[in-house]
Amino acid sequence: MSQDGVNKARRTLLVGATAGVGAVGAGFLAVPFVKSWMPSEKAKAAGAPAKIDVSKVEPGAMVTAEWRGKPVYVARRTEDMLNTLEGLADRLKDPENANKAQQPEYADNLYRSRKPELIVLLGVCTHLGCAPKYVPEVEPQPFDPNWQGGWFCPCHGSRFDLSGRVYGGSPASDNLVVPAYMFESDNVVVVGVDEENA
Amino acid sequence: MSQNTNKIMAWIDDRLPVTQTYEKHMSKYYAPKNFNFWYFFGVLSMLMLVNQILTGIWLTMQFTPSAEAAFASVEYIMRDVEWGWLIRYMHSTGATFFFVAVYLHMMRAILYGSYQKPRELIWIFGMLIYLALMAEAFMGYVLPWGQMSYWGAQVIISLFSVMPYGDLLTEWIRGDFLISGATLNRFFALHVVAVPLVIVALVVMHLLALHEVGSNNPDGVDIKKHKDENGKPLDGIPFHPYYTVHDLVGIVVFLMVFCTVLFFFPEGNGFMLEYANFEPANGLKTPEHIAPVWYFGAFYAILRAVPDKLLGVIAMGAAIAVLFVLPWLDRSPVRSWRYKGIVSRIYIVIFGFNFALLTWLGTQPATELLTLIAQIASVIYFGYFVFLPLAPKFEKTKPVPERVTGGH
Amino acid sequence: MKLGMKKIFALVAAFVPALALAAGSSVPLDEHLTDLHDKASLQRGAQTFANYCMGCHSMEHARYNRVAKDLDIPEELMMENLVFADKKFGDKMTIAMDQVDSKRWFGATPPDLTLVARVRRPDWLYTYLRSFYEDDSRPWGVNNVVFKDVGMPHVLAELQGNQVLGTALVEEGFDTLTGQPIMVEKEHVLYIEEEGTLSADEYDKLVYDLVNFMVYMAEPIAVERERLGWWVLLFLAIFFVPVYFLNKEFWRDIK
Repeated sequence: MSQDGVNKARRTLLVGATAGVGAVGAGFLAVPFVKSWMPSEKAKAAGAPAKIDVSKVEPGAMVTAEWRGKPVYVARRTEDMLNTLEGLADRLKDPENANKAQQPEYADNLYRSRKPELIVLLGVCTHLGCAPKYVPEVEPQPFDPNWQGGWFCPCHGSRFDLSGRVYGGSPASDNLVVPAYMFESDNVVVVGVDEENA
Repeated sequence: MSQNTNKIMAWIDDRLPVTQTYEKHMSKYYAPKNFNFWYFFGVLSMLMLVNQILTGIWLTMQFTPSAEAAFASVEYIMRDVEWGWLIRYMHSTGATFFFVAVYLHMMRAILYGSYQKPRELIWIFGMLIYLALMAEAFMGYVLPWGQMSYWGAQVIISLFSVMPYGDLLTEWIRGDFLISGATLNRFFALHVVAVPLVIVALVVMHLLALHEVGSNNPDGVDIKKHKDENGKPLDGIPFHPYYTVHDLVGIVVFLMVFCTVLFFFPEGNGFMLEYANFEPANGLKTPEHIAPVWYFGAFYAILRAVPDKLLGVIAMGAAIAVLFVLPWLDRSPVRSWRYKGIVSRIYIVIFGFNFALLTWLGTQPATELLTLIAQIASVIYFGYFVFLPLAPKFEKTKPVPERVTGGH
Repeated sequence: MKLGMKKIFALVAAFVPALALAAGSSVPLDEHLTDLHDKASLQRGAQTFANYCMGCHSMEHARYNRVAKDLDIPEELMMENLVFADKKFGDKMTIAMDQVDSKRWFGATPPDLTLVARVRRPDWLYTYLRSFYEDDSRPWGVNNVVFKDVGMPHVLAELQGNQVLGTALVEEGFDTLTGQPIMVEKEHVLYIEEEGTLSADEYDKLVYDLVNFMVYMAEPIAVERERLGWWVLLFLAIFFVPVYFLNKEFWRDIK
């Protein structure tokens, strides 16, 4: 065996070509393995949009549904409840929805909803994930002598107003998340999709 | 840049013999230059081992090892998991091609006497790998919990009842009074963790033993007998780069065959994924025809050829056990069949085809005619091992060359 | 299944006796020329399955949305025609029939059919569904040439008509002189005594579509699998070129 008269250029070319095509092949081979980690059809079906019938929700009441394993709160707010929202600004951490990630565009307003009377929120406290309790009554509470109605998280004491905006003094730093949702009809809310992105 | 690489390698080499190991086993491992087609199958077996491990790990991510959910979880992988079907077929096709490679690899050893001194231990490790592989494949096939998974397990485990304390033994293996989820669960643990570790360890031993004495070659000539002034065998070439690039060709061709089967005949006409296994396991309904997957065919045929249950099990065990002592049965002064007498050469060819015939027979229903043929084939099989120690007494061998012939 | 590939392999595996024999069925089976590319056929088969079979047989491993996607059926049409009760588009195709009840009514629980085409094979299914005949000794009044004493009623009877197993005149070859078909009396022949709503040809076609659909359901990825296979083989063929020449180049060193 001898290496005299070796055409180094040809060898380099061939090694390069083999390595190149081989790398492409390896890349193709990796695709199924990587992609198989994506949510399966089963996960996607379970994560499909949830339809909620709100026709039976009384004014002032809230229903809890489920979407992607998380609680979804749908509350029908009264005129009085809506009127509390304006004057709260200086008690809240983010009264103007400065953090855009917490709600879609159509909920980027005072009511944080498409229609003022119905609010859709994810019942997941933005502190560490507990489900906040609905406390709609406007009366002094043990956790707040000047309570204007909203949600109170029993785990570490975070407080949210009737638009889901977080109060100063709460361990939570962000307003409750408004998920993508739309009205399939006047009485049916579909959580998980919206017309803007359908 | 290359200077820095050298510095890094030096730092590592001071602490871990990386370069030294690489040279010993790759760039300065001198292999005979006359390897032929039969010499691809060791590397191809390793390729399949890697395939089984990689795809196996991925399947474990989605498979549910319980009697209630296993079958459905396989269909979940086939339909609901992105690319799950491909990973599943790579694993099932891989099992078949692993055995194709291993059987051809073993045939090479028989043709060229690669089990003869000083390579007996390589052969023993190889036989242990083969045993472990058969256990691994058997348990793997039980996991999808189809009709054949269940009833195949039933038949094979019941063979153990011929042994002393047979009933207790079978109950212990099953973990239950019948094949059940208990059996499936433990087979899952063994198949995914225990046996693969054993196989990998055995493969390492197999390769270390090989590199210790050096590779055989189609002429059976000892290349270490003739070295140059630097101590390198005259007929040897560094494994890397010559056999790395050579094996790459073999790998690509092998993959073409592998992918053709995988993408166009994944069931293998019922020989790889048996049709009955697409029905969930039902302990109350025995399939009309219980057949093992093709790679167990030969030993299953030998088992059935003997009309007595105990003797059949003994025959089947003997068929595997006799392979272990092959190095001591073959007393020929020459290694390779190229230089053996004409009778030996003919018998080796017959042995190969006979094993293929036995393999096929094992997958067929045991009709009278086929059982008779299986009995004849079993005699031919065992006959070879009786023939081997006797052959040198009456056969004249051809003179073996000093240097290798052919080559590339 | 690509017919071309199937025939080639059949030639290669010609020494293998037909596994149909191994399965115990010595009844000659009619060939089902499966064509998974014929989406119209698959759609018709899906409709037949939903209307006639899903009352008793689930396809629990399959999802409606996958069938709709593969068969090019729009979601609305799918929900209207093929999805019943409160099932959602992404749900699995399970049924409401209670297993204990069905075992009582039929002697055995009607099996799930998602994979039946991979177990029984298309030829068997195609022949089975056309081989029911009148038999008063059976609970549902029918028996089947391919599956003796089957517990299943002839659900498609209204379409096929009343088939009977008996003696009848059968065409066998032609009289070379007159050019007329020779009629031979044969025993153990299936023939239609009373016609159903479909002609024999139409019924055969319906069953063909239904079995086509069932083959699809048993392995929905089959068409995609073969499509990808060609690309993979092409890649390997291309990869072979530098690999082959790389090997040849290095082995120039070896005398």
